[in-house]
Amino acid sequence: MNLKYLFRPSTMAVIGVSTSQDNHPANVIYNKNHLRYPVKTFPVNPKGGIFSRETLYQTVEDIQEKIDMAVIAVRSEFVPGVVEQCIQKGVGGAVIISGGFAESGNLRLQQRVVDIAKEASFPFVGPNCLGIYAPDYVDTFFLPGERIIHPDKGNVGFVSQSGGVLVDQMVKFAGQGIGISLAVSIGNKAFIRETDMLDWLDQDLATKVIAFYVEGFEKGEGRQFIKKAEQCSKPVIILKAGKSKKGIEAVSSHTAALAGDYRVFSEVMKQYCVAEADNEYELTSFCEALSCYPKGINGNIGIITLSGGHGVIAADACERHGVSIPGIEPATIGIIKEKLSPEIRNIVSLENPLDLTGSSTDCDIVTSARHLSRDNNIDCIMALLIPYSPGISTDIGAKLSLVARNEGKPMIAYVPNEDKYRIIIEGFELNNIPVASSVEGAVLMAKALMRCRPC
Amino acid sequence: MLDKTVKKIIEKSKSLGWILEPDAKALMKSRGFDIPDSILTSSFKEADQFLTHSKGPVVAKAVSKKILHKTEHQAVVTGIFSSDHLKNEMERLQKLVGCENILVEEMVQGIEIIIGAKNDFQFGPVIVFGIGGTSVEIYNDTAVRMAPLSPDDVLSMVNSLKAKEIISGYRGKTGVNMEALTHLLVNFSQFVMEHENDIESIDLNPVMCTKDQCVIVDARIMLQPS
Repeated sequence: MNLKYLFRPSTMAVIGVSTSQDNHPANVIYNKNHLRYPVKTFPVNPKGGIFSRETLYQTVEDIQEKIDMAVIAVRSEFVPGVVEQCIQKGVGGAVIISGGFAESGNLRLQQRVVDIAKEASFPFVGPNCLGIYAPDYVDTFFLPGERIIHPDKGNVGFVSQSGGVLVDQMVKFAGQGIGISLAVSIGNKAFIRETDMLDWLDQDLATKVIAFYVEGFEKGEGRQFIKKAEQCSKPVIILKAGKSKKGIEAVSSHTAALAGDYRVFSEVMKQYCVAEADNEYELTSFCEALSCYPKGINGNIGIITLSGGHGVIAADACERHGVSIPGIEPATIGIIKEKLSPEIRNIVSLENPLDLTGSSTDCDIVTSARHLSRDNNIDCIMALLIPYSPGISTDIGAKLSLVARNEGKPMIAYVPNEDKYRIIIEGFELNNIPVASSVEGAVLMAKALMRCRPC
Repeated sequence: MLDKTVKKIIEKSKSLGWILEPDAKALMKSRGFDIPDSILTSSFKEADQFLTHSKGPVVAKAVSKKILHKTEHQAVVTGIFSSDHLKNEMERLQKLVGCENILVEEMVQGIEIIIGAKNDFQFGPVIVFGIGGTSVEIYNDTAVRMAPLSPDDVLSMVNSLKAKEIISGYRGKTGVNMEALTHLLVNFSQFVMEHENDIESIDLNPVMCTKDQCVIVDARIMLQPS
């Protein structure tokens, strides 16, 4: 089964384009791809006619060119026939947008489509989904371009059972400057499922981190998924919905009561180093952190702060999330103290978190980060950079990034997410250092690195 | 040969839906796990002889197809030292619903551990390990991992418990023999993998662990509905 034609199509048929409803999903999809994407797009409607001064093809078979991918947005009862036509034409795969299948009790209709597709090895996404957003290639989301926020092209591959969660998460990614390599809403996942997407994204060169929103797996499918995740060369992140304990009260053994469905899910993810995010904010932090650092840490953080308060807030968050803040070696404290500006030498606190105070300068921060990185007790640096003090320059992000690269230990930064500080944020992010927009977010990033495989 | 024992026991228990304790123990023994010395009898005379020859106190349990959870039915008596005590309790146990036999066992001391298995819908066989006893669901200090387990999994399960010091030993008290515990958990997880089509869930609770050994004191095996 080759998914190349689905995710990297050169030609696409949109089946179900309406001559009367401007907001019909097929029309939205046709318009945005026809006008804004390189994929060559053909509108199809059994009635034929003219649409936006273009010929409407009556069937996909009437199109002269080879078609890589079809978007199917017709009423559910017509889907099996349309899929057969696509197979006949030699189309490489489909996105079935239409609803009215398993989600509304029509299991048999869905199974019919699956049987037809399986027999012909014809892969499809859906039904009942938004489909595929592959930046620079194709966008089958039936949401007008002006209504959604697209993250930049980047290295996070995101697969979601829910289209709504996917679009919402894209907004969050965009807000944090996280880019997408591929986003797929798999809906009823009747053919292409999480395990197929894991295979595709593992070998996709543009993807560095693979994230999933999952409601549940089929019988035995969780084991299959986790075995693939174990083999996968990239960090895998998962957000699970449907965690309630319903249904376990009546079980007859202690073990079954202790190991409820979600408990098993969560513990197995941990066992196989899949980073489980508790909510969408964690998912965002995890994606950013793991796209910069695919290897894990033990979670011994050295914190540099310019305000005592931020240090305390970070320490509290670290405790809450199981991240440790170990003591620093006396030799490290000695060398940092010696190299600090004389003006601050006697007012700083050189315990972990290191409080360099609002009077510190770039040089003090860089020196502290360098020597803290060399401390054997520390395996990750967290820089809480409130850029309000006059001694901090706009170059601090780029300067600290260089320290992280030279010293070889992961660094995580907190900078307030304001346009004014953009140059500092980019100084970090363009050099592959993750930046959180809150202290808690920075700690969540450290937590993400702990949940990944240790180096 | 050993596998035949397992198959035979599973086959004969299918109609009941679960395996009675003496059979579950025999099954565990056939896989090389330690169980207490015992006698299955309805005769007080035989039971009394067992008490006389045992090194310490004994435990008496009612064996009944109608009693799945023995504690709730007061179907377990521990710490029996004397013939009189044994006689009285045997008479009481024999009156319990469906009681067919009495299982008299040597009483084993140690740290109470639960080792369990569940055939999970999404992940197949998973293993539960933690602090055992009758309050296990209240404390719920357990770890869950997908079977089969590696020795590293066992170590991480122990380390993830709140009460990990109880396993490793604290304040002068000896802990659990990690080699014996690892052997038991790893092999138990393999057993569960081999029989995933037959087994719905297993409670080995308690398993009594000391610095020398891990002994399965109670075993309940629930079978898959056929």
